[in-house]
Amino acid sequence: MRPDEVFAVIRAKFSEAKEETGTNGIIIPKESLLEVSRYLKNLPLAFDNLHCITAIDRKEKMELVYTLYSIREHHGVTLKTYLTLEDLNVASLSKVWKSANWLEREVYDLFGVVFLNHPDLRRILNPYDWKGFPLRKDYSHPELIAKPRL
Amino acid sequence: MDTTQTKDIYTEEFLINMGPQHPSTHGVLCLELKLDGEFVKECTPHIGYLHRSMEKIAENRTYTQFIPYTDRLDYVASMNNNLGYVMAVEKMLNLEVSQRAQYIRVIVAELNRIASHLIAVGTFAQDLGAFATPLFYCFREREKILDIFDQICGNRLTYNYMRIGGVQFDFPKGIDEKIKDFVKYMRPKVDDYDQLLTYNTIFLSRSKHIGVLPKELAISYSVTGPNLRASGVKWDLRKDEPYLVYDKFEFDIPVGKNGDSWDRYKIRIEEIRQSLRIVEQAIGALPEGDPTVKVGRIHKPSSSGIYFRTENPRGELGFYIVGDGSVCPYRLKIRSPSFSNLAVIPELVKGLKIADLVCVLGSFDILMGEIDR
Repeated sequence: MRPDEVFAVIRAKFSEAKEETGTNGIIIPKESLLEVSRYLKNLPLAFDNLHCITAIDRKEKMELVYTLYSIREHHGVTLKTYLTLEDLNVASLSKVWKSANWLEREVYDLFGVVFLNHPDLRRILNPYDWKGFPLRKDYSHPELIAKPRL
Repeated sequence: MDTTQTKDIYTEEFLINMGPQHPSTHGVLCLELKLDGEFVKECTPHIGYLHRSMEKIAENRTYTQFIPYTDRLDYVASMNNNLGYVMAVEKMLNLEVSQRAQYIRVIVAELNRIASHLIAVGTFAQDLGAFATPLFYCFREREKILDIFDQICGNRLTYNYMRIGGVQFDFPKGIDEKIKDFVKYMRPKVDDYDQLLTYNTIFLSRSKHIGVLPKELAISYSVTGPNLRASGVKWDLRKDEPYLVYDKFEFDIPVGKNGDSWDRYKIRIEEIRQSLRIVEQAIGALPEGDPTVKVGRIHKPSSSGIYFRTENPRGELGFYIVGDGSVCPYRLKIRSPSFSNLAVIPELVKGLKIADLVCVLGSFDILMGEIDR
Protein backbone atom coordinates (compact mmCIF):
# COMPACT_ATOMS: atom_id res chain seq x y z
CA MET A 1 0.00 0.00 0.00
CA ARG A 2 1.13 3.55 -0.70
CA PRO A 3 1.42 5.99 2.25
CA ASP A 4 -1.76 7.84 1.28
CA GLU A 5 -3.72 4.59 1.12
CA VAL A 6 -2.45 3.62 4.57
CA PHE A 7 -3.55 7.02 5.85
CA ALA A 8 -7.00 6.60 4.31
CA VAL A 9 -7.48 3.27 6.10
CA ILE A 10 -6.41 4.74 9.43
CA ARG A 11 -8.54 7.86 8.89
CA ALA A 12 -11.64 5.78 8.17
CA LYS A 13 -11.31 4.15 11.60
CA PHE A 14 -9.88 7.02 13.66
CA SER A 15 -11.18 10.47 12.75
CA GLU A 16 -8.66 12.18 15.09
CA ALA A 17 -5.68 11.13 12.91
CA LYS A 18 -4.19 14.00 10.92
CA GLU A 19 -1.75 13.93 8.05
CA GLU A 20 1.33 16.06 8.53
CA THR A 21 1.91 18.42 5.65
CA GLY A 22 5.01 17.82 3.55
CA THR A 23 5.87 14.40 5.03
CA ASN A 24 4.19 11.04 5.21
CA GLY A 25 3.82 11.33 8.98
CA ILE A 26 0.47 10.80 10.67
CA ILE A 27 -0.23 12.79 13.82
CA ILE A 28 -2.10 10.88 16.51
CA PRO A 29 -3.19 12.41 19.83
CA LYS A 30 -1.45 10.66 22.70
CA GLU A 31 -4.71 9.45 24.24
CA SER A 32 -5.52 7.20 21.27
CA LEU A 33 -1.97 6.02 20.51
CA LEU A 34 -2.36 2.62 22.15
CA GLU A 35 -5.69 1.97 20.47
CA VAL A 36 -4.34 2.98 17.04
CA SER A 37 -1.28 0.73 17.53
CA ARG A 38 -3.42 -2.27 18.36
CA TYR A 39 -5.44 -1.63 15.21
CA LEU A 40 -2.31 -1.23 13.05
CA LYS A 41 -0.79 -4.47 14.31
CA ASN A 42 -3.61 -6.60 12.90
CA LEU A 43 -5.11 -6.99 9.45
CA PRO A 44 -5.76 -5.23 7.10
CA LEU A 45 -2.62 -3.13 7.69
CA ALA A 46 -0.51 -5.78 9.47
CA PHE A 47 2.28 -3.56 10.80
CA ASP A 48 4.19 -6.36 12.45
CA ASN A 49 7.47 -4.51 12.96
CA LEU A 50 7.97 -1.52 15.25
CA HIS A 51 11.26 -0.44 13.77
CA CYS A 52 12.30 2.65 15.65
CA ILE A 53 11.06 5.05 18.34
CA THR A 54 12.64 8.40 18.80
CA ALA A 55 11.90 11.74 20.38
CA ILE A 56 12.72 15.27 19.30
CA ASP A 57 12.90 18.14 21.77
CA ARG A 58 10.98 20.97 20.08
CA LYS A 59 11.62 23.17 23.15
CA GLU A 60 7.98 23.97 24.01
CA LYS A 61 6.82 20.42 23.30
CA MET A 62 8.20 16.93 22.83
CA GLU A 63 7.68 15.10 19.56
CA LEU A 64 7.59 11.31 19.57
CA VAL A 65 8.17 9.48 16.29
CA TYR A 66 7.26 5.84 15.76
CA THR A 67 8.53 4.20 12.58
CA LEU A 68 6.53 1.11 11.65
CA TYR A 69 6.96 -1.37 8.84
CA SER A 70 5.04 -4.35 7.64
CA ILE A 71 7.24 -7.22 6.52
CA ARG A 72 4.14 -9.10 5.44
CA GLU A 73 2.60 -6.31 3.32
CA HIS A 74 5.77 -4.36 2.38
CA HIS A 75 4.70 -0.92 3.50
CA GLY A 76 5.63 1.58 6.17
CA VAL A 77 4.16 4.41 8.19
CA THR A 78 5.44 7.08 10.56
CA LEU A 79 3.30 7.94 13.57
CA LYS A 80 3.91 11.16 15.44
CA THR A 81 2.52 12.36 18.72
CA TYR A 82 3.18 15.57 20.61
CA LEU A 83 3.52 15.78 24.38
CA THR A 84 3.51 18.91 26.51
CA LEU A 85 6.42 19.38 28.90
CA GLU A 86 4.10 19.49 31.93
CA ASP A 87 2.54 16.15 31.05
CA LEU A 88 5.44 14.14 29.66
CA ASN A 89 3.98 10.66 29.57
CA VAL A 90 2.40 8.33 27.06
CA ALA A 91 1.11 4.76 27.04
CA SER A 92 3.74 2.08 26.51
CA LEU A 93 3.45 -0.05 23.38
CA SER A 94 5.52 -2.92 24.77
CA LYS A 95 2.43 -5.13 25.01
CA VAL A 96 1.79 -4.67 21.29
CA TRP A 97 5.33 -4.95 19.90
CA LYS A 98 8.10 -6.45 22.02
CA SER A 99 10.77 -4.27 20.46
CA ALA A 100 9.13 -1.29 22.17
CA ASN A 101 10.55 -2.40 25.51
CA TRP A 102 14.15 -1.35 24.89
CA LEU A 103 13.34 1.44 22.43
CA GLU A 104 11.10 3.12 25.02
CA ARG A 105 13.70 2.68 27.72
CA GLU A 106 16.15 4.54 25.49
CA VAL A 107 13.74 7.44 24.95
CA TYR A 108 13.09 7.57 28.72
CA ASP A 109 16.82 7.56 29.42
CA LEU A 110 17.71 10.34 26.99
CA PHE A 111 14.58 12.52 27.08
CA GLY A 112 12.74 11.71 30.30
CA VAL A 113 9.50 10.71 28.63
CA VAL A 114 7.62 8.39 31.00
CA PHE A 115 5.97 5.38 29.38
CA LEU A 116 2.96 4.28 31.40
CA ASN A 117 2.59 0.56 32.16
CA HIS A 118 6.08 -0.19 30.88
CA PRO A 119 7.32 -3.49 32.41
CA ASP A 120 10.85 -2.31 33.19
CA LEU A 121 11.35 1.45 32.86
CA ARG A 122 15.00 1.94 33.84
CA ARG A 123 17.83 3.89 32.24
CA ILE A 124 19.59 1.89 29.55
CA LEU A 125 22.55 3.72 28.01
CA ASN A 126 23.46 6.05 30.86
CA PRO A 127 24.42 4.83 34.35
CA TYR A 128 21.40 4.12 36.54
CA ASP A 129 22.23 7.05 38.86
CA TRP A 130 22.75 9.62 36.08
CA LYS A 131 21.20 13.05 36.63
CA GLY A 132 19.28 14.80 33.85
CA PHE A 133 18.23 13.82 30.36
CA PRO A 134 21.14 14.35 27.94
CA LEU A 135 19.37 14.81 24.61
CA ARG A 136 17.13 17.64 25.77
CA LYS A 137 18.14 20.96 24.32
CA ASP A 138 18.59 22.62 27.72
CA TYR A 139 21.02 19.94 28.94
CA SER A 140 24.63 20.93 29.24
CA HIS A 141 27.74 19.16 30.35
CA PRO A 142 31.27 20.59 30.77
CA GLU A 143 32.81 17.95 28.48
CA LEU A 144 30.38 18.49 25.64
CA ILE A 145 31.88 19.50 22.29
CA ALA A 146 31.13 23.11 21.30
CA LYS A 147 29.34 23.95 18.06
CA PRO A 148 31.72 24.80 15.18
CA ARG A 149 32.11 28.50 14.45
CA LEU A 150 31.44 29.21 10.79
CA MET B 1 23.96 -43.17 55.13
CA ASP B 2 23.99 -40.82 58.07
CA THR B 3 21.24 -38.25 57.46
CA THR B 4 22.31 -35.92 60.27
CA GLN B 5 25.27 -34.79 58.18
CA THR B 6 23.40 -34.05 54.92
CA LYS B 7 20.30 -32.35 56.29
CA ASP B 8 22.06 -28.97 56.56
CA ILE B 9 23.09 -29.02 52.91
CA TYR B 10 20.78 -26.94 50.77
CA THR B 11 20.72 -25.56 47.23
CA GLU B 12 19.95 -22.03 46.08
CA GLU B 13 20.02 -19.89 42.99
CA PHE B 14 23.31 -18.34 42.10
CA LEU B 15 23.71 -14.82 40.77
CA ILE B 16 26.77 -14.01 38.66
CA ASN B 17 27.91 -11.21 36.40
CA MET B 18 29.12 -12.31 33.00
CA GLY B 19 31.13 -9.35 31.79
CA PRO B 20 31.65 -6.45 31.23
CA GLN B 21 35.16 -7.86 30.78
CA HIS B 22 34.62 -11.28 29.31
CA PRO B 23 36.00 -12.80 26.09
CA SER B 24 32.66 -14.25 24.98
CA THR B 25 30.53 -11.12 25.27
CA HIS B 26 32.10 -9.50 22.18
CA GLY B 27 32.80 -6.21 23.87
CA VAL B 28 31.79 -4.57 27.11
CA LEU B 29 28.45 -6.25 27.68
CA CYS B 30 27.39 -7.27 31.16
CA LEU B 31 24.93 -10.13 31.51
CA GLU B 32 23.50 -10.59 34.97
CA LEU B 33 22.71 -14.30 35.17
CA LYS B 34 20.53 -16.09 37.67
CA LEU B 35 21.74 -19.67 37.63
CA ASP B 36 20.31 -22.96 38.78
CA GLY B 37 23.43 -25.08 38.72
CA GLU B 38 24.69 -24.66 35.20
CA PHE B 39 21.33 -23.61 33.77
CA VAL B 40 20.35 -20.01 33.12
CA LYS B 41 17.06 -19.13 34.79
CA GLU B 42 17.13 -15.44 34.05
CA CYS B 43 19.38 -13.19 32.03
CA THR B 44 19.41 -9.39 32.37
CA PRO B 45 21.72 -7.47 30.01
CA HIS B 46 23.29 -4.24 31.20
CA ILE B 47 24.58 -2.08 28.37
CA GLY B 48 26.00 1.39 28.02
CA TYR B 49 29.64 0.79 28.97
CA LEU B 50 30.71 2.16 25.58
CA HIS B 51 28.21 5.02 25.46
CA ARG B 52 29.91 8.01 23.83
CA SER B 53 26.77 10.14 23.32
CA MET B 54 27.13 10.10 19.52
CA GLU B 55 23.66 11.55 19.04
CA LYS B 56 24.43 14.56 21.24
CA ILE B 57 27.80 15.07 19.53
CA ALA B 58 26.02 15.04 16.15
CA GLU B 59 24.00 18.10 17.17
CA ASN B 60 27.24 20.03 17.56
CA ARG B 61 29.06 18.90 14.40
CA THR B 62 28.39 19.81 10.78
CA TYR B 63 26.93 17.15 8.50
CA THR B 64 30.33 16.40 6.95
CA GLN B 65 32.12 16.44 10.28
CA PHE B 66 29.92 13.64 11.59
CA ILE B 67 31.01 11.09 8.96
CA PRO B 68 34.10 9.87 10.90
CA TYR B 69 31.91 9.36 13.98
CA THR B 70 29.78 6.88 12.07
CA ASP B 71 32.94 4.80 11.52
CA ARG B 72 33.02 4.21 15.25
CA LEU B 73 29.50 2.79 15.47
CA ASP B 74 29.93 -0.62 13.91
CA TYR B 75 33.70 -0.56 13.72
CA VAL B 76 34.12 -3.79 11.76
CA ALA B 77 31.79 -2.57 8.99
CA SER B 78 32.66 1.12 8.82
CA MET B 79 32.03 1.45 5.09
CA ASN B 80 28.42 0.38 5.55
CA ASN B 81 27.92 2.89 8.36
CA ASN B 82 29.42 5.68 6.25
CA LEU B 83 27.10 4.65 3.45
CA GLY B 84 23.94 4.66 5.58
CA TYR B 85 24.70 8.10 6.97
CA VAL B 86 25.70 9.87 3.75
CA MET B 87 22.72 8.39 1.92
CA ALA B 88 20.37 9.69 4.62
CA VAL B 89 21.83 13.18 4.26
CA GLU B 90 21.67 12.91 0.46
CA LYS B 91 18.01 12.01 0.77
CA MET B 92 17.48 15.20 2.79
CA LEU B 93 19.29 17.26 0.17
CA ASN B 94 17.79 15.44 -2.85
CA LEU B 95 21.31 14.95 -4.11
CA GLU B 96 22.11 12.82 -7.14
CA VAL B 97 25.28 10.76 -6.99
CA SER B 98 27.24 9.85 -10.11
CA GLN B 99 26.96 6.31 -11.47
CA ARG B 100 30.62 5.53 -10.85
CA ALA B 101 30.33 6.65 -7.24
CA GLN B 102 27.29 4.39 -6.79
CA TYR B 103 29.14 1.38 -8.17
CA ILE B 104 32.18 2.12 -6.02
CA ARG B 105 29.94 2.36 -2.98
CA VAL B 106 28.38 -1.01 -3.73
CA ILE B 107 31.80 -2.63 -4.18
CA VAL B 108 33.31 -1.32 -0.95
CA ALA B 109 30.12 -1.97 1.02
CA GLU B 110 29.98 -5.60 -0.13
CA LEU B 111 33.69 -6.13 0.49
CA ASN B 112 33.21 -4.77 3.99
CA ARG B 113 30.22 -7.07 4.44
CA ILE B 114 32.46 -10.04 3.64
CA ALA B 115 35.11 -8.79 6.11
CA SER B 116 32.47 -8.36 8.79
CA HIS B 117 30.93 -11.80 8.22
CA LEU B 118 34.42 -13.33 8.35
CA ILE B 119 34.87 -11.92 11.84
CA ALA B 120 31.40 -13.17 12.80
CA VAL B 121 32.17 -16.69 11.57
CA GLY B 122 35.66 -16.79 13.09
CA THR B 123 34.66 -15.55 16.53
CA PHE B 124 31.59 -17.81 16.56
CA ALA B 125 33.80 -20.85 15.95
CA GLN B 126 36.15 -19.59 18.65
CA ASP B 127 33.22 -19.27 21.08
CA LEU B 128 32.32 -22.90 20.43
CA GLY B 129 35.81 -24.05 21.31
CA ALA B 130 37.43 -24.36 17.87
CA PHE B 131 40.30 -22.47 19.34
CA ALA B 132 42.33 -20.06 17.18
CA THR B 133 42.51 -21.98 13.87
CA PRO B 134 39.24 -20.86 12.21
CA LEU B 135 39.78 -17.34 13.55
CA PHE B 136 43.23 -17.19 12.00
CA TYR B 137 41.87 -18.46 8.68
CA CYS B 138 39.16 -15.79 8.70
CA PHE B 139 41.59 -13.05 9.62
CA ARG B 140 43.93 -14.18 6.84
CA GLU B 141 41.17 -13.60 4.27
CA ARG B 142 40.02 -10.39 5.93
CA GLU B 143 43.56 -9.06 5.72
CA LYS B 144 43.31 -9.12 1.91
CA ILE B 145 40.19 -6.93 2.05
CA LEU B 146 41.88 -4.54 4.46
CA ASP B 147 44.82 -4.29 2.05
CA ILE B 148 42.42 -3.30 -0.72
CA PHE B 149 40.79 -0.68 1.52
CA ASP B 150 44.22 0.56 2.55
CA GLN B 151 45.00 1.24 -1.11
CA ILE B 152 41.62 2.84 -1.77
CA CYS B 153 41.41 5.23 1.18
CA GLY B 154 44.53 4.84 3.31
CA ASN B 155 42.86 3.32 6.35
CA ARG B 156 42.42 -0.22 7.60
CA LEU B 157 39.59 0.01 10.11
CA THR B 158 37.88 3.40 10.23
CA TYR B 159 37.72 4.42 6.62
CA ASN B 160 35.94 7.79 6.49
CA TYR B 161 35.69 7.15 2.74
CA MET B 162 32.15 8.21 1.80
CA ARG B 163 31.30 11.84 1.31
CA ILE B 164 27.98 13.59 0.99
CA GLY B 165 27.56 13.54 -2.79
CA GLY B 166 30.17 10.92 -3.68
CA VAL B 167 33.31 9.33 -2.31
CA GLN B 168 36.59 10.81 -1.14
CA PHE B 169 38.89 9.41 -3.84
CA ASP B 170 38.50 7.56 -7.11
CA PHE B 171 39.79 3.97 -7.25
CA PRO B 172 43.60 3.92 -7.59
CA LYS B 173 45.16 2.34 -10.68
CA GLY B 174 45.18 -1.45 -10.73
CA ILE B 175 42.75 -1.91 -7.84
CA ASP B 176 40.09 -3.54 -10.03
CA GLU B 177 42.54 -6.33 -10.90
CA LYS B 178 43.28 -6.77 -7.23
CA ILE B 179 39.58 -7.01 -6.37
CA LYS B 180 39.01 -9.52 -9.18
CA ASP B 181 41.93 -11.59 -7.85
CA PHE B 182 40.43 -11.47 -4.38
CA VAL B 183 37.07 -12.80 -5.61
CA LYS B 184 38.91 -15.67 -7.34
CA TYR B 185 40.94 -16.34 -4.19
CA MET B 186 37.97 -16.16 -1.82
CA ARG B 187 35.55 -18.58 -3.53
CA PRO B 188 37.47 -21.81 -2.71
CA LYS B 189 38.18 -20.51 0.80
CA VAL B 190 34.44 -20.33 1.53
CA ASP B 191 34.15 -23.95 0.40
CA ASP B 192 37.00 -24.73 2.81
CA TYR B 193 34.97 -23.29 5.69
CA ASP B 194 32.10 -25.52 4.71
CA GLN B 195 34.35 -28.55 4.92
CA LEU B 196 36.15 -27.51 8.09
CA LEU B 197 33.28 -26.14 10.11
CA THR B 198 29.78 -26.17 8.69
CA TYR B 199 29.20 -29.93 8.58
CA ASN B 200 31.66 -30.82 11.31
CA THR B 201 29.93 -33.17 13.79
CA ILE B 202 31.12 -31.39 16.91
CA PHE B 203 30.18 -28.01 15.45
CA LEU B 204 26.75 -29.29 14.47
CA SER B 205 26.01 -30.81 17.87
CA ARG B 206 27.07 -27.60 19.61
CA SER B 207 24.98 -25.25 17.46
CA LYS B 208 22.00 -27.17 16.00
CA HIS B 209 18.68 -26.57 17.81
CA ILE B 210 20.33 -24.14 20.23
CA GLY B 211 18.59 -20.81 20.76
CA VAL B 212 15.76 -21.30 18.28
CA LEU B 213 14.26 -17.93 17.34
CA PRO B 214 10.75 -18.32 15.89
CA LYS B 215 9.69 -16.12 13.00
CA GLU B 216 6.97 -14.18 14.86
CA LEU B 217 9.20 -13.46 17.85
CA ALA B 218 11.98 -12.20 15.58
CA ILE B 219 9.64 -9.77 13.80
CA SER B 220 8.04 -8.60 17.04
CA TYR B 221 11.46 -7.81 18.51
CA SER B 222 12.43 -6.05 15.26
CA VAL B 223 15.37 -8.41 14.76
CA THR B 224 16.87 -7.68 11.33
CA GLY B 225 19.57 -8.80 8.96
CA PRO B 226 21.00 -12.33 8.82
CA ASN B 227 19.40 -13.17 12.18
CA LEU B 228 15.93 -12.47 10.79
CA ARG B 229 16.60 -14.36 7.58
CA ALA B 230 17.88 -17.35 9.58
CA SER B 231 14.40 -17.54 11.12
CA GLY B 232 12.91 -18.02 7.68
CA VAL B 233 11.83 -14.50 6.76
CA LYS B 234 12.88 -13.53 3.27
CA TRP B 235 13.59 -9.86 3.87
CA ASP B 236 16.60 -7.98 2.63
CA LEU B 237 16.56 -4.25 1.95
CA ARG B 238 18.90 -4.71 -1.00
CA LYS B 239 16.05 -6.56 -2.72
CA ASP B 240 12.93 -5.26 -0.96
CA GLU B 241 13.75 -1.54 -0.96
CA PRO B 242 16.65 -1.34 -3.43
CA TYR B 243 19.01 1.57 -2.95
CA LEU B 244 22.13 2.51 -4.93
CA VAL B 245 22.37 0.17 -7.94
CA TYR B 246 21.54 -3.10 -6.18
CA ASP B 247 18.60 -3.73 -8.52
CA LYS B 248 21.05 -4.16 -11.43
CA PHE B 249 22.78 -7.18 -9.94
CA GLU B 250 21.80 -10.80 -9.73
CA PHE B 251 22.04 -12.30 -6.28
CA ASP B 252 20.00 -14.56 -4.01
CA ILE B 253 18.83 -14.04 -0.48
CA PRO B 254 19.72 -17.07 1.64
CA VAL B 255 16.99 -18.00 4.09
CA GLY B 256 17.23 -20.37 7.05
CA LYS B 257 14.74 -22.98 8.18
CA ASN B 258 14.85 -23.40 11.95
CA GLY B 259 16.24 -20.13 13.25
CA ASP B 260 18.79 -21.86 15.46
CA SER B 261 22.42 -20.86 15.99
CA TRP B 262 23.65 -23.04 13.15
CA ASP B 263 21.25 -21.36 10.71
CA ARG B 264 22.47 -17.94 11.76
CA TYR B 265 26.04 -19.08 11.08
CA LYS B 266 25.15 -20.72 7.77
CA ILE B 267 23.34 -17.60 6.50
CA ARG B 268 26.54 -15.61 6.94
CA ILE B 269 28.56 -18.16 4.99
CA GLU B 270 26.01 -18.01 2.17
CA GLU B 271 25.95 -14.22 2.25
CA ILE B 272 29.70 -14.14 1.73
CA ARG B 273 29.12 -16.11 -1.49
CA GLN B 274 26.37 -13.73 -2.61
CA SER B 275 28.46 -10.66 -1.81
CA LEU B 276 31.28 -12.09 -3.93
CA ARG B 277 28.81 -12.39 -6.80
CA ILE B 278 27.76 -8.74 -6.40
CA VAL B 279 31.37 -7.54 -6.22
CA GLU B 280 32.24 -9.51 -9.35
CA GLN B 281 29.33 -8.07 -11.34
CA ALA B 282 29.91 -4.52 -10.08
CA ILE B 283 33.63 -4.48 -10.84
CA GLY B 284 32.89 -5.83 -14.32
CA ALA B 285 30.36 -3.09 -15.07
CA LEU B 286 32.16 -0.20 -13.37
CA PRO B 287 31.33 2.89 -15.46
CA GLU B 288 33.75 5.67 -16.30
CA GLY B 289 33.39 9.07 -14.72
CA ASP B 290 34.33 11.05 -11.67
CA PRO B 291 33.04 9.73 -8.33
CA THR B 292 34.44 12.52 -6.16
CA VAL B 293 32.32 15.21 -4.62
CA LYS B 294 31.11 18.13 -6.67
CA VAL B 295 29.23 19.97 -3.93
CA GLY B 296 30.59 22.01 -1.04
CA ARG B 297 31.26 20.70 2.45
CA ILE B 298 28.73 22.87 4.23
CA HIS B 299 25.13 21.75 3.87
CA LYS B 300 22.10 23.44 5.37
CA PRO B 301 19.22 21.05 4.80
CA SER B 302 15.85 21.67 6.35
CA SER B 303 13.49 18.84 7.10
CA SER B 304 10.98 17.95 9.77
CA GLY B 305 12.43 14.45 9.78
CA ILE B 306 13.59 11.89 7.25
CA TYR B 307 14.28 8.25 7.89
CA PHE B 308 16.59 6.18 5.75
CA ARG B 309 17.75 2.65 6.36
CA THR B 310 20.30 0.42 4.70
CA GLU B 311 21.18 -3.25 4.98
CA ASN B 312 24.24 -3.50 7.19
CA PRO B 313 26.06 -6.78 7.83
CA ARG B 314 24.31 -6.96 11.21
CA GLY B 315 20.88 -5.80 10.12
CA GLU B 316 19.09 -2.62 9.24
CA LEU B 317 20.89 0.57 10.14
CA GLY B 318 18.59 3.58 10.12
CA PHE B 319 19.21 7.28 10.48
CA TYR B 320 16.42 9.64 11.50
CA ILE B 321 17.62 13.19 10.85
CA VAL B 322 15.88 16.48 11.58
CA GLY B 323 17.41 19.60 10.05
CA ASP B 324 16.53 23.18 10.98
CA GLY B 325 18.38 24.88 8.11
CA SER B 326 21.60 25.38 10.08
CA VAL B 327 24.95 23.69 9.47
CA CYS B 328 24.39 21.06 12.20
CA PRO B 329 21.58 18.51 12.47
CA TYR B 330 18.85 19.50 14.91
CA ARG B 331 18.44 15.89 15.94
CA LEU B 332 20.07 12.72 14.67
CA LYS B 333 18.83 9.33 15.78
CA ILE B 334 20.78 6.19 14.99
CA ARG B 335 18.69 3.05 14.84
CA SER B 336 21.32 0.39 15.25
CA PRO B 337 20.60 -3.24 14.33
CA SER B 338 22.50 -4.88 17.19
CA PHE B 339 20.47 -2.94 19.77
CA SER B 340 17.27 -4.70 18.76
CA ASN B 341 19.07 -7.99 18.13
CA LEU B 342 20.43 -8.02 21.69
CA ALA B 343 17.01 -7.29 23.20
CA VAL B 344 15.70 -10.72 22.17
CA ILE B 345 18.56 -12.71 23.76
CA PRO B 346 17.21 -12.83 27.38
CA GLU B 347 14.12 -14.56 26.06
CA LEU B 348 16.11 -17.11 24.03
CA VAL B 349 18.60 -18.23 26.67
CA LYS B 350 16.16 -19.13 29.45
CA GLY B 351 16.78 -22.74 30.42
CA LEU B 352 20.00 -23.10 28.43
CA LYS B 353 23.42 -23.89 29.85
CA ILE B 354 25.99 -21.10 30.12
CA ALA B 355 28.04 -22.69 27.35
CA ASP B 356 24.98 -22.55 25.08
CA LEU B 357 24.36 -18.93 26.02
CA VAL B 358 27.84 -18.20 24.67
CA CYS B 359 26.85 -20.03 21.48
CA VAL B 360 23.62 -18.00 21.09
CA LEU B 361 25.38 -14.72 21.80
CA GLY B 362 28.12 -15.56 19.30
CA SER B 363 25.66 -16.57 16.62
CA PHE B 364 23.83 -13.22 16.90
CA ASP B 365 27.08 -11.40 16.15
CA ILE B 366 26.32 -8.31 18.23
CA LEU B 367 28.73 -5.41 18.40
CA MET B 368 28.78 -3.08 21.39
CA GLY B 369 29.99 -0.04 19.46
CA GLU B 370 26.66 0.43 17.77
CA ILE B 371 24.51 -0.77 20.69
CA ASP B 372 25.88 1.82 23.11
CA ARG B 373 26.58 4.50 20.50
